Amino acid sequence: MALTNDEVLGGLAELITDETGIAAEEVALEKSFTDDLDIDSISMMTIVVNAEEKFGVTIPDDEVKNLKTVGDAVTFIVSNQS
Amino acid sequence: MTTKRIVVTGVGASSPLGGTAPESWVSLLRGESGARTLEHDWVAEYDLPVTFAAEARVRPDTVLARPIAKRLDPASQFALVAAMEAWADAGEPEVEPERLGIDFATGIGGVWTLLDAWDTLREKGPRRVMPMTVPMLMPNAAAGNLSLHFGARAYARTVASACASSTESIVNAVEHLQDGLADVVITGGTESAIHPITIAAFASMQALSRRNDDPATASRPCSIDRDGFVMGEGAGALVLETEEHAKARGAKIYAYVVGGGVTADSYHITANDPEGHGASRAVRMALEMAGASPDDVTHINAHATSTPVGDPNEYQALHAVFGDRVDDIVVSATKASTGHLLGGTGALEAIFTVLALRDRVAPPTINLTEQDPEVPFRISGDPVSLGEGAQLAISNSFGFGGHNAVAAFASA
Repeated sequence: MALTNDEVLGGLAELITDETGIAAEEVALEKSFTDDLDIDSISMMTIVVNAEEKFGVTIPDDEVKNLKTVGDAVTFIVSNQS
Repeated sequence: MTTKRIVVTGVGASSPLGGTAPESWVSLLRGESGARTLEHDWVAEYDLPVTFAAEARVRPDTVLARPIAKRLDPASQFALVAAMEAWADAGEPEVEPERLGIDFATGIGGVWTLLDAWDTLREKGPRRVMPMTVPMLMPNAAAGNLSLHFGARAYARTVASACASSTESIVNAVEHLQDGLADVVITGGTESAIHPITIAAFASMQALSRRNDDPATASRPCSIDRDGFVMGEGAGALVLETEEHAKARGAKIYAYVVGGGVTADSYHITANDPEGHGASRAVRMALEMAGASPDDVTHINAHATSTPVGDPNEYQALHAVFGDRVDDIVVSATKASTGHLLGGTGALEAIFTVLALRDRVAPPTINLTEQDPEVPFRISGDPVSLGEGAQLAISNSFGFGGHNAVAAFASA
């Protein structure tokens, strides 16, 4: 069964907290990974790898650079769920 | 040019005897053993021939914040925990970043990270191999992360000389301070390699004790029935600085590091030179650098891993330097309590040596059954007073590859 936007946001927030220590409530749709959350490229790739496993999606490397905000990632994951 | 005197102003450890240097020291003086039966599923899964080791008493990932810990192999976690303690113990010295150096060693590096990544690759494919894999497994990971954490920009160096690694690192730190590369150095070494692969491999070469039924007494250096070493893990860290720098900031001084010697055997990749020439030369070099004679030495922390061949080789090497007087020097073989921390062992033993000079007491060598007449060191199952006079101690470490490293310490 496909996950909702809120469920993906919650799951993504868990991964971000685990990787960076950023509080889950800080992780909101409009937040930029780099400018707001200060996530570096290696952490971003770690989160991507973990998100692929958690949500059963494939996030191509070319796509990662388009995921500027948490909302971009949530939208991509929700619309690419198998 | 006058030679700068180098002092120890901070110590830190995470070891099989405790989560800090003072806890490890007190447990050592009490005669405790850090060795226990391993409770991991993989012991039975792989039917390992050796089922015990001296694991660290406190897991470092329970001390560090999770986002920090998960970017570090356990070896680097131990290093950071020990270095943070040493830095705090030294009073967090104010020093220009360009004058703070790191000399931090490991014997093996991030073996857990490497093998976990291999499992992931085989089970889940390349996409699941984490991007931090290489920076976590590289042998310089501890030094690099310490540089990052403490803002050290003079240099960050790693030597790898197996079980001699961290003593060699301490000797390097002294040389770097004397050469003027830094005013303060965080030095030491780390290892976290109690893994089924390393246990299987060391067991395969007949290096490990097989006393599975009695882990706590398995490491018994100098005893006639010793049957191999006991794997340990953890890290030791020391803050060294020039005496001038330490005194200018009013730091407490544990001891002086007065000498160091590093040599190579060129004899065999794993076996000791039975004549102990390389080990003897390393001791003589350390004493020469200290401006001391063999007669000045009052305490020795021996390498003494509890292997049948290694212990008498070390005795012969020391006898060549000290003559029959070696039998009068108070020796401690602390691997009896700690097991063998490989790349971390020299640093932990350096800390024990420094604390022995501070407290004027040599720590006990536990588990002595009947002393081997081929290894007649003056050891005791109880702490031994070193007396009131000036003290000079050496700490020895020897490693696969034919590496010999010796550091000499004088009481403050």
